[in-house]
Amino acid sequence: MIGSALVFYILSAFILVTGGLAVTTRKIFRSAIWLLFCLTGIAGLYFWLGMLFIAAVQIVVYVGGIVVLIIFSIFLTQQSGKDLPPPVRSRAILSALAVCIGFVLTCILLRNHTFGASLHPPLADHISVEAIGTQLLDTSEHGYALPFEVISILLLAALIACIVLAIRSKPEEK
Amino acid sequence: MPNTAYILLILLLPLFGFVLLGLFGRRYIRGLSGVIGTALLFVSTWCALYVAYNYFSGNTGMPALRRTYTLFGATWLSFGRDLSIDMGILIDPISAMMIVVVTVISLMVHVFSLGYMKGEERYSTYYAFLGLFTFSMLGLVLSSNIFETYIFWELVGASSFLLIGFYYDRPTAVAAAKKAFIVTRFADLGFLIGILILSFQAHTLDFGWLINNLSSFEHSPFNEPPVFLGLPLVDWGLILVFIGGAGKSALFPLHIWLPDAMEGPTPVSALIHAATMVVAGVYLVARLYPLYTLTLDVQQVVLYVGAISALLAAIIACTQTDIKRVLAYSTMSQIGYMMFALGTYRLFPPSLVDPKIGFIGSMFHLFTHAFFKALLFLCAGVIIHLVHSNEMKDMGGLRKRLPLAHICFLIACLAISGIPPFSGFFSKEEILSAAWRADKFIYAIALFTSGLTAFYMFRLYFSVFWNKPATGHPHAQPLVESIPLVILAFGAAFAGFIPFSHLLIVGGHAHSTIGLNAVPPVLIALMGVGIAAWLYYKQSDRPQKAAAAFRGLYTAAYHKFYIDEVYLFITKKIIFNCIGRPAAWIDRNIVDGLMNGLAATTARISATIKGIQSGKVQDYAWFFFIGIAGLAILFIYIVK
Amino acid sequence: MPEIPLHYILFLSTALFFIGTYGLFTRRNMITMLMSVELILNSVNINFIAFNKYLYPENLEGLFFSLFIIAIAAAEAAVAIAIIINLYRNIRSVDVEAADDMKF
Repeated sequence: MIGSALVFYILSAFILVTGGLAVTTRKIFRSAIWLLFCLTGIAGLYFWLGMLFIAAVQIVVYVGGIVVLIIFSIFLTQQSGKDLPPPVRSRAILSALAVCIGFVLTCILLRNHTFGASLHPPLADHISVEAIGTQLLDTSEHGYALPFEVISILLLAALIACIVLAIRSKPEEK
Repeated sequence: MPNTAYILLILLLPLFGFVLLGLFGRRYIRGLSGVIGTALLFVSTWCALYVAYNYFSGNTGMPALRRTYTLFGATWLSFGRDLSIDMGILIDPISAMMIVVVTVISLMVHVFSLGYMKGEERYSTYYAFLGLFTFSMLGLVLSSNIFETYIFWELVGASSFLLIGFYYDRPTAVAAAKKAFIVTRFADLGFLIGILILSFQAHTLDFGWLINNLSSFEHSPFNEPPVFLGLPLVDWGLILVFIGGAGKSALFPLHIWLPDAMEGPTPVSALIHAATMVVAGVYLVARLYPLYTLTLDVQQVVLYVGAISALLAAIIACTQTDIKRVLAYSTMSQIGYMMFALGTYRLFPPSLVDPKIGFIGSMFHLFTHAFFKALLFLCAGVIIHLVHSNEMKDMGGLRKRLPLAHICFLIACLAISGIPPFSGFFSKEEILSAAWRADKFIYAIALFTSGLTAFYMFRLYFSVFWNKPATGHPHAQPLVESIPLVILAFGAAFAGFIPFSHLLIVGGHAHSTIGLNAVPPVLIALMGVGIAAWLYYKQSDRPQKAAAAFRGLYTAAYHKFYIDEVYLFITKKIIFNCIGRPAAWIDRNIVDGLMNGLAATTARISATIKGIQSGKVQDYAWFFFIGIAGLAILFIYIVK
Repeated sequence: MPEIPLHYILFLSTALFFIGTYGLFTRRNMITMLMSVELILNSVNINFIAFNKYLYPENLEGLFFSLFIIAIAAAEAAVAIAIIINLYRNIRSVDVEAADDMKF
């Protein structure tokens, strides 16, 4: 059992270190790669927690989709080689201060709150994809059919928005 | 009961003339303005004569003074429960007399100006202003409420300003108009404070109630009247009101504006500064006469100011060379007569003679003075028109050139000198007999002054109509200028026979005081005439020798006793330097500085905090976060 | 899993959240700001999953929420990239300090 705790500690250290590097490094491409590692670390955390499906979705969508998209946009804006400009000194210090204060505050709140243990037995040891899928399209009480449809509309809207935004406007004379 | 419609017509016709000619005269009815103005005033004069006739013939058998009618009292402005300014019309003996005087003299001036101001570019404006003045003066004499009097008082001052400065492209005229307005305004400050004191003590502004409440106030043994610096407050109020009257009537020491006011057109001087406006102060004191006779202190103020003015003006008039200025000082002197006559009541020893002689004499003299002074000014206008100059040295031997003006001027001079049977004799007699009974010293001053009056008036007469061979060219006098002269000459000659005391006070006898004590004044007057004739009948160096004999006094009198210089010194050195400059400094640096400082501070604060709107997303995110964190801390820890 | 109490995982997610916030405030490049936003979204995801696992293991609510958050984050990232590219075409820079036209 101590291995499980050790794994958790390693994973969280990995996540935090790569996350910190992602927001502080001067080179943009490296920042994207650190982000990639961080997201992979989070997927690892999900694996450790036993949520296999969400871990897989994390890797497929986030790492494989979003980070790739970010890297493409870096290429499109011709920024990959140059160094990022350093942040404004006063703002960096103030932000660090504010963030630390926020973190301490939230931790105090978390510490003082007692989370009760669960009352019911777990659903299953490993949740099958079939169960997730069935509940996703379920229309009864715990079903998620409506959010599913709404999400699809949202994705459609985002798609159209991206196309409209990114399209090059035609020149006036034909 | 006087007909309300006629009285309103008297008042409103000149006002209508002012509005009509003021708005449309310049462009549409240029040539006819004079005729329109005169016609309106003609109707107004007939109404006034009718109303006066009605009033004086209809009242018999009433005790004491003639009945007063208050025609209507419309509340205009009310300060609380018991004090309010009402607009009303009051008809009593002196106001009935005054409306006759004002309208008749105004009509004469209107007719005269048809010829005198012909060809003037601002002809219609002139008639509009004359209409405004007539309306204001009539309003003043007909007002039933002391505040209403103040309103019309100021209106009269404004019309006087407009008319003195009529030739506004002349800097001397502009300066004279300003001087007149400022001096009278300063006096009106006293008037206003006096009104406030009196109305506060009496809890009313209406004349009838004012007189009622304050007379009983003085004699009440229970109320101790409030005292300030030794004088009761009511006396202070009366003296302040008198100061206002003294300013408007050009009494010493507020007389400095009257000689300068001669810069206006001569018919204006005839109307305003001889016959009507300058007697407003006398009228005011007469209106409040029952109050002015209550205490000795107030009476003495009135008496001495009047007497000093009369004497001072007479001395100065003997040395002046500008015809209009001689007449101006003569006006001041005669008004001094009227004023000190109003101050003789308290000084009468118990006797059979009614102490109201002073009042009667004053009002009678006001009436006759209006006629002969207006006549003198109009003749002066004719003379000035002929020789194109105001100075006596340019005039001489004009009896051949202006025969009508000569006769009229002579009649007026005889009247003002008090030679029987002209009107001035009768009115001066009343005044002098009042003075005799009141105070022998004042009588001596008055007697000496009447001799001086005869002297300087005939000095003027002889210098203009005899003295040198005829100057100027023959000049046909237009009819419109002659008619007023003739009518006024009739008035100056025969107005003395009106039974004035009988009209003013029921039971007063007509000519009670003509007797042996009429002889000394006439003798002194004839002496003055003789000396003037000896000096000025023919051209000689006798005047210079006489002037040299009194050299110091002559120089001082010629420079009007340096009173103007004293005023100038006080205003320039004292008021401007000690009050004006510091006030301006405070206004510029402290008041403006405060405002500018406030504005600058606001601008600086604004410039400082506008940096929040930086346009950068991260700054906005930052503020967002701060806000949320602040709220979270607030609601979790502080607000339980 | 029982050896690690819930609030350890919550500490982790909180720390990740504030790292992301720090990045949001400090980074001058728009794309790196977007990356920081992704970190924040991920920290919320961790929260949901942890709560699901520890407090309500009999439902799948947390899992579904995370699923939807991932989907929405993807859409949002795509739209954000489109905006950034559009802005880059106009002002020729992805420096967020250069986009201050709404200044006073």
